[in-house]
Amino acid sequence: MAKVVSRPADRKAWDDLYAGVGRSPREARTISGVPLQPLYDPADLPAGHFEDKEGYPGLAPYTRGVYPSMYRDKLWTMRQFAGFGSAQDTNERYRYLLGQGQDGLSVAFDMPTLMGRDSDDEHSAGEVGRCGVAIDTLADMEVLFDSIDLSDITTSMTINSPAVILLAMYIATAEKKGISRDRLGGTIQNDILKEYIAQKEYIYPPAESLRLTVDVIEFCTENMPRWHPVSISGYHIREAGSDAPQELAFTLADGFEYVRASVERGLHVDSFAPRLSFFFDAHIDFFEEIAKFRAARRIYAEVMRDRFGAANPRSLLMRFHTQTAGVSLTAQQPLNNIARTALEALAAVLGGTQSLHTNAMDEVVALPTEKAARVALRTQQIIAQETGAADVIDPLGGSYLVESLTDEMERRAYDYFARIDERGGVVPAIEQGFFQREIAEASYRFEQALNEKKRVIVGVNEYVEEGDDEIEILKITQDMEEEQKTRLAEVKRTRDGTEVTRTLHDLEAAAGAGGNLVEPIMAAVRAYATEGEIIETMRQVFGGYRETAIY
Amino acid sequence: MSEIADRKIRVLTAKVGLDGHDRGVKVVSRALRDAGVEVIYAGLHQTPEMVVEAALQEDVDGIGLSLHSGAHMTLVPKVLKLLKERGMTDIVVFLGGIIPDEDITELKKIGVAEVFTPGTSLETIVDFVNTKFADRVHAA
Repeated sequence: MAKVVSRPADRKAWDDLYAGVGRSPREARTISGVPLQPLYDPADLPAGHFEDKEGYPGLAPYTRGVYPSMYRDKLWTMRQFAGFGSAQDTNERYRYLLGQGQDGLSVAFDMPTLMGRDSDDEHSAGEVGRCGVAIDTLADMEVLFDSIDLSDITTSMTINSPAVILLAMYIATAEKKGISRDRLGGTIQNDILKEYIAQKEYIYPPAESLRLTVDVIEFCTENMPRWHPVSISGYHIREAGSDAPQELAFTLADGFEYVRASVERGLHVDSFAPRLSFFFDAHIDFFEEIAKFRAARRIYAEVMRDRFGAANPRSLLMRFHTQTAGVSLTAQQPLNNIARTALEALAAVLGGTQSLHTNAMDEVVALPTEKAARVALRTQQIIAQETGAADVIDPLGGSYLVESLTDEMERRAYDYFARIDERGGVVPAIEQGFFQREIAEASYRFEQALNEKKRVIVGVNEYVEEGDDEIEILKITQDMEEEQKTRLAEVKRTRDGTEVTRTLHDLEAAAGAGGNLVEPIMAAVRAYATEGEIIETMRQVFGGYRETAIY
Repeated sequence: MSEIADRKIRVLTAKVGLDGHDRGVKVVSRALRDAGVEVIYAGLHQTPEMVVEAALQEDVDGIGLSLHSGAHMTLVPKVLKLLKERGMTDIVVFLGGIIPDEDITELKKIGVAEVFTPGTSLETIVDFVNTKFADRVHAA
């Protein structure tokens, strides 16, 4: 039991003043419903809190940062996610960005690619190239990275169910350019568990999907020392309506499930753990978010050491990317979104993020225009260069409030871990709808609070104005869909059909036999089998999945 | 007093297209349910054909579609066309999601009753449904 610090002598005097005659101070809670005191003081933290729970950056328990020098040494990476239209449109955009000094690419795929469907699939109608780039075969990937030196940049690919196929296409593209797989650097999201929990881009049942995720972890551990095989994501969980403790707990639980499954596969924890990375949301409740990031680092280090026996200090470091909260933006008075994004980005920086995407003000109505995207990037640069926020490591460390909230986030996460364990672990909890129900409850509670004006969103339920700010909108033409279908037909016409059939047959056999599927998928990719064909081949073995909707 | 008793409003909600952003549609479905509407949530990844078939089977007054992928100008006109072909034009179609103003104007022209963008209050949507269908469900 932690030793209690006694209340400072003047506290009683302040209590009396605060509760003085004629005053009726309001109650307050965080956006996640955590009750807040009007004031925090040293007695809110147990004795020895600094030594046990805070410490120094780059040292256990890593609450204050994963690196000893943090932004004094290197600012966070400003990584803006982009992609739309055809592989050629996106390739031009990438070459422009690299020419401007950007050193990493972040690929956004369109919905059909994310769902494992080809551009000529009937379910793809109206969606080809709309939210990202359309990739059907290796031929598209070759165009996407044409004239780009893949040994010189890092590439982040945001894709999950078909992650293994896109990774195979990336490797095949590089190898055609004479760059071996061990020289490739980047990240593939490949986080399937949060798809069942939140984003809903699943194809196969959870256990079979988890097998594919572990195939990628195993393959990368053996072949790709510079690659991050999974980016464990809380962003989508939060955007689906969870609160901060749920985002924290469910994301970490997913991460620990990948570690458990990889160890079960026969990998040593220290062989792959240093390549795991995370991805969080930065929502609008400023101090709660900072506390969430600090708690995440502490919990991760403790569980990796105590439960999984990680001995390499690098296995204990939770490195994460952050994106500001799309869900906090409003279609009403959209210019206000610039202010929201700036505050969220500041919370991410004060929380010690390794990289950051700031949303554009217009993303609540369409993909961003160039002007809106520029303001979003400039927002990060203002924080980095003008505000002084990057000058001192963990500047809020020792704040009675932030430390108390960090402890509270940690407690709530461990409570959720116990509830997940009671259900038999992450996969059984998914199958029982546990996460989905918890998130649906939290998002409904929040909407009710808005309706009752217990919470205010400026321009939405208060300060409402008729006639919103006029903003420009990016339009994407529909010609692209037909062009992409023509390109796909051309690939199908010119490829060696026998080789496609042979490699897909081999893949089906390997899927049934239970081995690692990365190499068989790579063979099919090299034969120009389509993404949809590869997905369907595995579906023959794995089956599909439909959730029971809970609301 | 009428001989026909009041009945409940019946609404089908669905995600059409491939995106999985279902926070909005679930919250709206629950708010309508709590307001006494009979809600049938068809779930994710519905095609226009599946939506219209479900609307027919469930004999609904209205269809609430949710889209966040930008495919609304392809999928919503398809739903309206199928409804017309099958003589189901009394069904009121309303939308929610990421939909630019310009497209809202266009969609309303072809028969969409209302479009709710991010930030719309639940009260607004519940009021819309109650008002829109009041004369159908209340006995004269």
